Amino acid sequence: MSQDTGGPDSSFEDRLKAARSKQGLDAPPKPPEQDGLGGSAWGIGARVGVELVSALVVAVAIGYGLDRIFHTTPILTAVFVPLGGAAGVLNLWRVFTPKQSDRG
Amino acid sequence: MAAEGSNSIDALGQFQLHSALGAVGGSVNFTQSNLMMVVAGLGVMALLWMGMKPRAMVPGRLQAAAEMGYETIMGMCTETIGGPQSRKFFPFVFTLFFFILFGNLLGVFPLFFTFTSHVMVTLALSLTVFVLVTIVGIKEHGLHWFTYFVPQGIPKALAPLMVTIELISYLSRIISLSVRLFANMMAGHVMLEVFGSFIVMLGGLGLLGYFPAALSLGVNTMLIGFELLVATLQAYVFAILTCIYLHDAVHLH
Repeated sequence: MSQDTGGPDSSFEDRLKAARSKQGLDAPPKPPEQDGLGGSAWGIGARVGVELVSALVVAVAIGYGLDRIFHTTPILTAVFVPLGGAAGVLNLWRVFTPKQSDRG
Repeated sequence: MAAEGSNSIDALGQFQLHSALGAVGGSVNFTQSNLMMVVAGLGVMALLWMGMKPRAMVPGRLQAAAEMGYETIMGMCTETIGGPQSRKFFPFVFTLFFFILFGNLLGVFPLFFTFTSHVMVTLALSLTVFVLVTIVGIKEHGLHWFTYFVPQGIPKALAPLMVTIELISYLSRIISLSVRLFANMMAGHVMLEVFGSFIVMLGGLGLLGYFPAALSLGVNTMLIGFELLVATLQAYVFAILTCIYLHDAVHLH
């Protein structure tokens, strides 16, 4: 049952394929997923929020800790907050760019 | 569980810890969260042991579940981590995935406690992953590993800034990994509690309340199904992110 016979054979193959995919026997070709984390709007929204906030939390913690050590109270926190925002955007960049970037 | 007064919803009371196992548990501060961890661990072992005991050529349901779990995680490890070392990390990822999965799924049962709804538990899990990833990276690449924080092809003047940002980004994995799991589990259980309280409160209202109470019951039924999805998905996400981080540690760039 080769592919190039044409006629009833190939149409049968096509119909069989269509029926199988309709019944869910053949998995449909998957759309490229980002890290397998699902692509629903809710999932993406939660992902963005978590990535942005977690980077900011870490940055504020570092800045506040260094301020406590060096007694320079507001300065280092203020320096690290924008850095944390940048790191959050970097996280998102990693998540949402395709895998062609330099880091896999 | 339900509303204490007739018009207050105690949505967060379900996350309070109590000592379990009577006086013995109380004296060593063994909480119901710890008890559920033990139950989850025993459950995983029971699934694997009882599932694989028949060693049938054509697997039964339990054996199929055990084999599917094995193959899923093995595939995840070999595909995501890549390279010859990927099999080495399989036991760790498998344990992590099934521990979290059972913790999440057991929490859906009434009267059971979800230990993954506490940020301390998920933080401990993500710290374990983080420390392992860092150790693996340093062991694989030695001091060369620290070039991970220097992006390729940036001007020298920008290097200190970029290294700081990369470092923050690297450290933020601890938070994002733990908060994602904890927030999803906690949010689901708060929703269940709120709608569960609606059923009780509206049902007590008399004839007028029966219809909205039934509506809340419908919502809660849907939420249980949704919660099953979230429980599985979050365990999967935790495992695959662990694999991605391990990939980064093994392959560096």
